[in-house]
Amino acid sequence: MTGKPAVLTSVEIEEITAEMSHYADKAAVSIEALKIVQKYRRWVSDECLVAVAELLGISPAQLEGVATFYNLIYRQPVGRSVIHYCNSVSCWMLGAEQVRERLCRHLNVEPGEMSADGEYTVLPIVCLGACDHAPVVLVGGQLRLDVTDDTVDEMLGR
Amino acid sequence: MDKMDKPLTQNIEPDRLFATLADYERTGGYQGLRKAVKELQPKEVQQWVKDAELRGRGGSGFPAGLKWSLVPMDDARQVRYLIANGDEMEPGTFKDRFLLEKDPHQLIEGMIIAAYAIQARTAYIFLRAEYHLAARRLEQALQEARAKDYLGERILNSDFSLDIHLHTSAGRYICGEETALINALEGKRAHPRTKPPFAVVSGLWGRPTVVNNIETLCNVPHIIRYGVEWYKGLGRGADHGTKLFGASGRVKRPGLWELPMGTPIREIFEEQAGGMQAGFSLRGLLPGGASTEFLLPEQLDVPMDYEAVAKAGSRMGTGGLIILDDKTCPVKMVLNLELFFAQESCGWCTPCRDGLPWAAALLQDIVEGRGRLEDLETLSGLTRMMGLGHTFCALALGAMEPLQSALKFFRADFERYITGAGEG
Amino acid sequence: MATIEIDGVQYQVEAGESLLPVCLALGFDLTYFCWHPALGSVGACRQCAVIHYHDPEDQKGRLVMACMTPVADGMRLSIEAEQAREFRRDNIELLMINHPHDCPVCEEGGECHLQDMTLMSGHTTRRYRGRKRTHKNQYLGPFINHEMNRCIACYRCVRFYGDYAGGKDLQVFGMHNNVYFGRFEDGVLENEFSGNLVEVCPTGVFTDRTFSAHYARKWDLQTAPSVCAHCGLGCNTAPGERYGELRRVINRYNGEVNGYFLCDRGRFGYGFVNSPDRILKPRMHDRMDITPEAAQQQLCDWLADRAIGIGSPRASLEANFALRSRVGEENFFLGLGDNEQSLLEAIVEILRHGGIRSPSLREVEQADAVLILGEDVTHSAPRLALSLRQSVRNAAFERARSLNIAPWLDKPVREQQIDHRSPLFIASVCATRLDDAAADTYRGSPEDIARLGFAIAHDLDPGAPEPAGLNDDARALAVAIADCLRQARRPLVVAGTASASHAVIEAAYNVAKALPAKDRQLTFTVPECNSLGLAMMGGRRLRQAFEAVRDAGRVIILENDLYRRAPAWEVDAFLQAAGRVAVIDCLSSKTAEKAALLLPAATFAETDGTLVNNEGRAQRYFQVYPAPEPVRGSWQWLSAGMDNLSFDALTAACAEAFPALTAITQAAPGAGFTVDGMKIPRQPRRYSGRTAMEAHINISEPQRPVDPETPFTFSMEGAAADVPAALEPIIWAPGWNSNQAVNKFQDGIGGHLRGGDYGIRLIEASGALDWFNAIPDAFKPVKSQWRIILLPHIFGSEELSLRSPPLAERSPSPLAMLNPSDASALAVQAGDSVEISCFSGGPIVVLPVSIEPSLPAGLLGITAGRQETQRFRQSEPATLKKALGEVPS
Ligand SMILES: Cc1cc2nc3c(=O)[nH]c(=O)nc-3n(C[C@H](O)[C@H](O)[C@H](O)COP(=O)(O)O)c2cc1C
Ligand code: SF4
Ligand code: FES
Repeated sequence: MTGKPAVLTSVEIEEITAEMSHYADKAAVSIEALKIVQKYRRWVSDECLVAVAELLGISPAQLEGVATFYNLIYRQPVGRSVIHYCNSVSCWMLGAEQVRERLCRHLNVEPGEMSADGEYTVLPIVCLGACDHAPVVLVGGQLRLDVTDDTVDEMLGR
Repeated sequence: MDKMDKPLTQNIEPDRLFATLADYERTGGYQGLRKAVKELQPKEVQQWVKDAELRGRGGSGFPAGLKWSLVPMDDARQVRYLIANGDEMEPGTFKDRFLLEKDPHQLIEGMIIAAYAIQARTAYIFLRAEYHLAARRLEQALQEARAKDYLGERILNSDFSLDIHLHTSAGRYICGEETALINALEGKRAHPRTKPPFAVVSGLWGRPTVVNNIETLCNVPHIIRYGVEWYKGLGRGADHGTKLFGASGRVKRPGLWELPMGTPIREIFEEQAGGMQAGFSLRGLLPGGASTEFLLPEQLDVPMDYEAVAKAGSRMGTGGLIILDDKTCPVKMVLNLELFFAQESCGWCTPCRDGLPWAAALLQDIVEGRGRLEDLETLSGLTRMMGLGHTFCALALGAMEPLQSALKFFRADFERYITGAGEG
Repeated sequence: MATIEIDGVQYQVEAGESLLPVCLALGFDLTYFCWHPALGSVGACRQCAVIHYHDPEDQKGRLVMACMTPVADGMRLSIEAEQAREFRRDNIELLMINHPHDCPVCEEGGECHLQDMTLMSGHTTRRYRGRKRTHKNQYLGPFINHEMNRCIACYRCVRFYGDYAGGKDLQVFGMHNNVYFGRFEDGVLENEFSGNLVEVCPTGVFTDRTFSAHYARKWDLQTAPSVCAHCGLGCNTAPGERYGELRRVINRYNGEVNGYFLCDRGRFGYGFVNSPDRILKPRMHDRMDITPEAAQQQLCDWLADRAIGIGSPRASLEANFALRSRVGEENFFLGLGDNEQSLLEAIVEILRHGGIRSPSLREVEQADAVLILGEDVTHSAPRLALSLRQSVRNAAFERARSLNIAPWLDKPVREQQIDHRSPLFIASVCATRLDDAAADTYRGSPEDIARLGFAIAHDLDPGAPEPAGLNDDARALAVAIADCLRQARRPLVVAGTASASHAVIEAAYNVAKALPAKDRQLTFTVPECNSLGLAMMGGRRLRQAFEAVRDAGRVIILENDLYRRAPAWEVDAFLQAAGRVAVIDCLSSKTAEKAALLLPAATFAETDGTLVNNEGRAQRYFQVYPAPEPVRGSWQWLSAGMDNLSFDALTAACAEAFPALTAITQAAPGAGFTVDGMKIPRQPRRYSGRTAMEAHINISEPQRPVDPETPFTFSMEGAAADVPAALEPIIWAPGWNSNQAVNKFQDGIGGHLRGGDYGIRLIEASGALDWFNAIPDAFKPVKSQWRIILLPHIFGSEELSLRSPPLAERSPSPLAMLNPSDASALAVQAGDSVEISCFSGGPIVVLPVSIEPSLPAGLLGITAGRQETQRFRQSEPATLKKALGEVPS
């Protein structure tokens, strides 16, 4: 038999497999598995998706149905750091649009696009649960509260 | 005020990053669990929570003890589950994140007791993806709890065993709806499920499952530890216990406070949040997150009790006040909300999937000067279409609450756009 | 029972049922999309809104979705209330926001449920001013077109394809109002029931690609009740013709047999009717055309001259009977492979005298434990696999009942499935397409499968003989299976001819006989549309024909390619010895090539006939359109000269000749049947262009052809009302132009057709047979030797459908399947080829290898029914050698 080149790394496979023991059904690991792949690769390519599906014993179509349902599974390449600016109501009232504008202007991108240097992708996100510190940005797993123009500049190292 | 008046936040102090296990135990943490597994039968725990009349803090206010008592308990081999709903994504709501980040053991103890009450051997914390810090603190706390025999096999030498797994999601508001959450946890698209059957009968993998909000579960250890009477003494009105109330928008001190149930909105708004920022005045507020109806300044004396807020024409929801000031256009605010709901519709039922984007498109047309007067009738029609029971789940219903009340209270603002008189 | 009030009128209905089908059954026109009688209620589309009044005083009522509302005694409802009408109208408006206005170019147009519902709801003007979203479409293979812009997101497609049919490669992607129903990537839809999407989709997202190639509107198609010709199950079909060409096949509802669904072979296999390989003129010897009269005369002469007749399992009872009558009983041979004939004889014996019920497909679905012995049902009797898949759900229904969950609440019932599945056990030579639904599987040679069966029977009833020397694993499995079957209330055993093993069939009977349940059932798959009918008629064997030919002057071969039945050299010898061979067939074949007299036979679409399916149900197929001159039905060629017998008289004579077939005259009414003195039109009332159809030949409209043989006319005039539902060629009702109109023809939605389902059962369980006790020895692989196992394939093993280009496109190239250890012993890999030499001699065959881990060592799986593999006989020993030469990379 001709061995296929392994798409997933052994670390990824190990982490995904470890999750399986928590559930009555392997398919429940779908989201976590995709997030594990994303942790290492930033996004989920078609190849990876097929490989994960195989590992979970579900069809690529089934996994794709799940992957495309959720906001934070990226099926397209994203920058090394994804900047999520909250655009829900409280942040909107307190200046989310300015935050977006400044982010996009600095990086010369539209929301959803990757900056030319591959460093950043700017994406809107729904309420981050920090409305008392609006406007809020989530970057690198950390909340940036009470964001001002200065915060944005500092965040982007300008 | 005595700490015991604020059981949920008693361990949360300004100079403390978060309450460690030691901090938690110092104020009596895990005593409730000890009491439950040593002294009380599962049914008794259920009864206590029922007697305490603890109502769900996830938005709908369903009595927690009653929910637990609906779980079929007669078959010992039956697998049952408990799920803590930490998907908090309702705009204007930030209470669960606070509880999780600041005092993770409180939730864990609440979950263990709740799991004991329904004899679940596996429990999950369903956490929204964006709560990275909460996830780290929970993982750590779970390990600590396991190490101290609060969790795992034969907890505190009793016959009861439980493990709790942290499950993080990938971002979808609908995952907060408890049956959609169950689908999400199963690794499926998070469409809500048919009800009945309710999750307590057929939930996760078709097995009896209790889903409770984080804040709801955080109340449980205290009820068991200090008793029903104490708990009932905490409320100021018809409902019992305390609640985390929040305020966001152009108030002086946006924030989150633990206050007795039944605290009038005015106290939250004026005393805690400090009233409006200078130069702004109050135009209205959403009392319990984005999917509640506007209340007006003249309704500030309404107590935050489920019935009282409902009587005032809105819902207590999550208790997160979103303040509308006089410089923010209510039409644009509603547009922002409807864009949120349209995007977060799961795509399962027609009125929600296709009606919300249309509502948003009409609002967009209106604020961009393309509106027509008959659009307001169309919008009202859509709010009627997405009335109670008309859509598959309550997302669309909630989406219509701010719109419907805005059409009523701020109609002139809508009309001004349409007749060309411009914004505000 | 419950009394409910709808818009002021009281009705007696079944309590606990879903309100939507109850309303439909009462004749109300209530709109819906996501609900489907076979798929149940999910409440997604919100289109079936009605008002439910709380109590007698309640004036306002509450809007509820009828599909999700259980009927309760005393309910007061309104369909007509303005609030409900408005909601339904506005809901359609929402669905139409993104739906394109492309009805004129949409193939669904004229039979579109969305069109019907839109009209019914009263939505007429559009208020939405924005843009419509658009999608890219996918290539889904030769059967199905994809036009996603038309999607109204009712979720029926994925529910049918995934939940109901077990397909894994069609899914819903995306979110909110950007949901997409398709595959992960472009490519052929894998599931064998994909064609049903065409009928399940309420609009034109999934349409019939084979139909596109020669499209006509539904109202322009001429139709008659028909029966599928492509396997032994006898699914009911409605073929549609235009301009003398068969344009498509759709499902025809039969509450006992196929219900709402067909398999893809049955739906897309019709192309042979239009094939360039059709025999369209009588010929003598070397392709010399002769007149029909001369051909007829020639045939008559030959029939009168010591002729022997070879019948056919794909020809009607009438055609076979006509041949038999002409040549005489002793000169009539069934035209089956010898082994197949004895298998079929054994099956007929068991069905008729074994005392165990042979279930309809509906009954199959109700089985609560199933054992399949020796079949990959998806390939040998496809529609049965779909029914078996449903049987697995019965435990979930049971569980749901105990939790007070209504059985029609589709999702909640499915949620019970993780812990509650009715057991399905599959013993087969290698992996099957139904394994994903199975509780357990067993792989072995046919002998070993039979031994497992015997062991199960013995465990169930110690009186049954026990196989000696069974290994521990098999014994344990047998005990476990027996345990499950013992507890079942409606256990079912499935076997058939595909394993080509007597022992398997006998073991199946032993198991069924040993079952304690009163409602036990036993079903056998048979390969062709009239295999069972032919076997019930009975006749001599092909081998005997090969011997008898020396004394015969002529051989008359009816619709049969003998090269599919016996080794080529034997057939060659036979045809040579015969000297004068007449072949009556519709398609050219190796046998037809050898005919001295070749007579063009009508296909199922062009003539009438009676078939008996595997259940023992006699069903009639009716001529859809006149055969082109001089093509005629085989029965007509054969009965010419028998005082020009009518079809009905032939059927009657056949019924009289065979007591077992007495009831076939009741399979469908005869030519004399009229409704209010009128015949039944084959053409819809809106049939268009008739007067102009042949204007390029002759400006005056030719007279309509007459049909003296059936109750149907080639016309749109005739009986309009009160046609028995089972005889309705066109399922249509006012306001209901799509196939969903069938709800107007049923006795209870999803139940039987009003006036009875089509066909008549010829066999009811009676008697009892002794235990079979010829238990074979276990299979022992012999070194360097392989046992050939012929494996049927849904696309490609059946003779007729293979002549349909879209189906041929789906048929895999014939393969030699090997166990990995055998492959490595031979040093071959997937993609290599092997030379196969049979012990019986004959030419060496080279086939590409595929590695099949589930195939036991020592067996060689070979795709059945293909020209390339025709020389192989089941169980024949063979040797293998890696083929040198070019290896496909
Ligand atoms: C659209 C929608 C979103 C919801 N989101 C949440 C949520 O984020 N967190 C939560 O606890 N409950 C949420 N709920 C309510 C849950 O369905 C459920 O009622 C709750 O988790 C039960 O817990 P409780 O009884 O303790 O409040 C949501 C409901 C709906 C309809
Ligand atoms: S593709 Fe057709 S059947 Fe499927 S959801 Fe869309 S409209 Fe319905
Ligand atoms: S609205 Fe932005 S964090 Fe809540």
